[in-house]
Amino acid sequence: MKPSVVSSPHVPRVNRVDRLMLQVLVALVPGIVAMIWFFGWGVLINITLAVSFAVAAEAAIMLARRRPPMVAIGDLSAVVTAVLFAISVPPTLPWWLTLLGMVFAIVLVKQLYGGMGYNPFNPAMAAYVFLLISYPVAMTTWLAPNMLAEHHLSFLESLRIILQGAPPTGLDWDAISSATPLDEMRGKLDMDMTIEQIRQSPLWGAFGGRGWEWVGNWFLLGGVYLLWRRIITWHIPVSMLLGLLVCAGIFWSIEPQTHPFPAFHLFSGAAILGAFFIATDPVTACTTKKGQLVFGATIGVLVYVIRSWGGYPDAVAFAVLLMNIAAPTIDYYTQPRVFGHGGERG
Amino acid sequence: MRKMTEMAILQRLSSKRRLWRFHGGIHIPDEKDLSNACAIEPIPLPARLVIPLQQHIGAPARALIGVGERVLKGQMIAEPVGFISAPVHASSSGLVVAIEQHPVPHPSGLSALCALIETDGEDRWAELPPPLTDYPQLDPGLIRERIRWAGVVGMGGASFPTSVKLSPGTDREIQTLVINGAECEPYITCDDRLMRERAGHILEGVRIMHHLLGVKEVLIGIEDNKPEAIEAMRLALAETDMHAYTEVVAIPTLYPSGGEKQLIRILTGKEVPTNGIPAQIGIVCQNVGSAAAVADAVLDGRPLISRVVTVTGRAIAHPRNLEVPVGTTADHLIAHCGGYRATPRKLLCGGPMMGFELKQTETPVTKSSNCVLALTAEESPSADAALACIRCGRCAEVCPAKLLPQQLYWHARSKDLDRIQDYNLFDCIECGCCAQVCPSHIPLVQYYRYAKTEIWAREQEKRKSELARARHAAKQARLERQEQERQARLRKQKAALEAKSAGDADPKQVAIEAARRRAAAKKPGASVQRTDTPRD
Ligand code: SF4
Ligand code: SF4
Repeated sequence: MKPSVVSSPHVPRVNRVDRLMLQVLVALVPGIVAMIWFFGWGVLINITLAVSFAVAAEAAIMLARRRPPMVAIGDLSAVVTAVLFAISVPPTLPWWLTLLGMVFAIVLVKQLYGGMGYNPFNPAMAAYVFLLISYPVAMTTWLAPNMLAEHHLSFLESLRIILQGAPPTGLDWDAISSATPLDEMRGKLDMDMTIEQIRQSPLWGAFGGRGWEWVGNWFLLGGVYLLWRRIITWHIPVSMLLGLLVCAGIFWSIEPQTHPFPAFHLFSGAAILGAFFIATDPVTACTTKKGQLVFGATIGVLVYVIRSWGGYPDAVAFAVLLMNIAAPTIDYYTQPRVFGHGGERG
Repeated sequence: MRKMTEMAILQRLSSKRRLWRFHGGIHIPDEKDLSNACAIEPIPLPARLVIPLQQHIGAPARALIGVGERVLKGQMIAEPVGFISAPVHASSSGLVVAIEQHPVPHPSGLSALCALIETDGEDRWAELPPPLTDYPQLDPGLIRERIRWAGVVGMGGASFPTSVKLSPGTDREIQTLVINGAECEPYITCDDRLMRERAGHILEGVRIMHHLLGVKEVLIGIEDNKPEAIEAMRLALAETDMHAYTEVVAIPTLYPSGGEKQLIRILTGKEVPTNGIPAQIGIVCQNVGSAAAVADAVLDGRPLISRVVTVTGRAIAHPRNLEVPVGTTADHLIAHCGGYRATPRKLLCGGPMMGFELKQTETPVTKSSNCVLALTAEESPSADAALACIRCGRCAEVCPAKLLPQQLYWHARSKDLDRIQDYNLFDCIECGCCAQVCPSHIPLVQYYRYAKTEIWAREQEKRKSELARARHAAKQARLERQEQERQARLRKQKAALEAKSAGDADPKQVAIEAARRRAAAKKPGASVQRTDTPRD
């Protein structure tokens, strides 16, 4: 249907999709800077590549659909998808995997469903999971944070690794990579080590993995900025982090030697990034406030469950995708009581 | 010295009443300072008045005049038909030159029957009924009849006949009268000025309504961005004996607090049930302008033939608040305000949030037109192309009806008219909050209006087709009956013919038959069988 008369309201609109997206990108800056600091130039190179690929894919598909490409590119959603993807993958990911991921995210997950607003799954996370399942080694080879690395990769070395898919001659993976804190924790717990023993490891920082623990803080800062600018509401991030913390707290208080304490969960992996930037993607999350609480809390619980007993060490992407499926149903059952329909007393 | 006593009065009358809040709402620049310093001034009589013969919700009024007739100011030119109806009066004296279809203020730009009156400049009054200053001693029915005669309708926009609202029936006890002085729409200042300048008169009207309804309390709600109006009303109240039951309540400025259901919620905490009216929860709500019109009707015997209209917007050279005879056209108002200062991008009737575009400047002011608004391109930029809904939920956050506007939009788009009613489309008050905050710039209200119209059309279609089906069935039945009768007649004729031809063939037989009939006539039981036989 196409309404013919221009109807009210006749005042300027206060929000715009591209401005919202821009705010999200701004909020990501502190976390990205922290990541570059800890993991080197690869982070920046990945972001640049991912954004270029995503925008190109978006333009190509819009042209193929005979629509003006700027309409889709202009809303900046592809850029946000690309950046979220790029900071979730290892900083040494070969370029062609980034390309594959972006084509998958933009073409299959987003545009084939009708484009922005119609995709049921979070494109960045869908691409991440797709690559993780197809290329598990490349997707889990992480660089050591700068204070632990034996060798600090220069910009050119990072570029070479990304373009060639292998460390330059004279360097091998062992010298530059290390297990992520979540991997480390899983591996050592499986070897029947106690948390106390694990914490002796040089990988261990104040309350999480060294380096890693601080990245989360900077993303948290960005998240608070988004809350302050009212780009997101508190419902999803708070309920998700609470879901994770409560689960972690319960198991930790029962058996502290085999279950890492809650702060470790909070500041490891993509928990904070996920809570503020990924689970809050409006298109794929719940829209009712009650629904958002259910949505967020369930993601938090799922993250804990998958981290503790699942096949992959980090779980945010899986948990978010699982809940993307459930979102419409949750929305349906959590509709607010309409004004004048009884129920609530003044 | 006087200032001191005023301060003391205001102090005493400042309201400590608990207020409730409604869900959502938005803060928008109120733009009222363009015109709120301009006192109400009369407008020179236009040479021609275009008076719509229906200016209320309900049954259309019946015209009482013909072309070529002279009318006097205040003369009834259309009379109400039925209970929910209101008369229309001539707003000046002159000659009726035509009764024809003319554009009227309506969202769809419709035309309706209007009386075109060429004014004679004398502005001569018709004979008016006597003032009813002793109304407390009079039969309430008489007072209601007077208000009905005066053609008072809701002047806040809904234009529901006021006399009907003031006759809630004996089965409903009304406890609270809410007077709406919120004026939450940006730009509009007519009620603000009315309250500042004619507070005493408004209160007289309130007193009459209080008397008619027998309510325990009267709450006058005014948004706190109008401190002068609040003050004026409180000072006027102090001079009456009404403060025992009347309170002037300052409410927080938040659009759309002036929506009837929202204002009732703010002041009383009660929610008007869906599809219901305030009277169901013991409340009647009236606009301040209607209160003043009630006072005019009862205390002065004057019908509602003029109202205060705000002419504003940055495209207007000199924004003003004008006392305008009903039927004055928008172009006359604009000319009186110095014309345009900038090219208007939009000319609206009503406020920018809920008003609608005037397609023609010859559209007249009616009893419920509160504002003529000429917006520049900066004030009302043309809409960008709408993007897809990103399900951000901002619309639901601001919806005062607590709806899920994005779901309504979704179903309106896919024309799922059943599903959209599951999501309570008809609780939408078309306030425009959702569209205002939507980052995808979807014209949401437009979709809702469209869907509502479609549903009404469908329902009408259904009623029509049901009626048609009933008619068809009735026709079928009639045809069948006629056919049966025809068959019966035919058979009778045939039988008669046969009998005749039989008679022709054998006279003896006829004689025998006749004899048998005579015998049968003596034995009624047998005759039935006999006479029936030939017909089978
Ligand atoms: S505000 Fe607009 S984009 Fe956001 S959910 Fe509502 S309709 Fe969709
Ligand atoms: S226009 Fe309707 S749906 Fe939109 S905010 Fe107002 S009441 Fe809610």
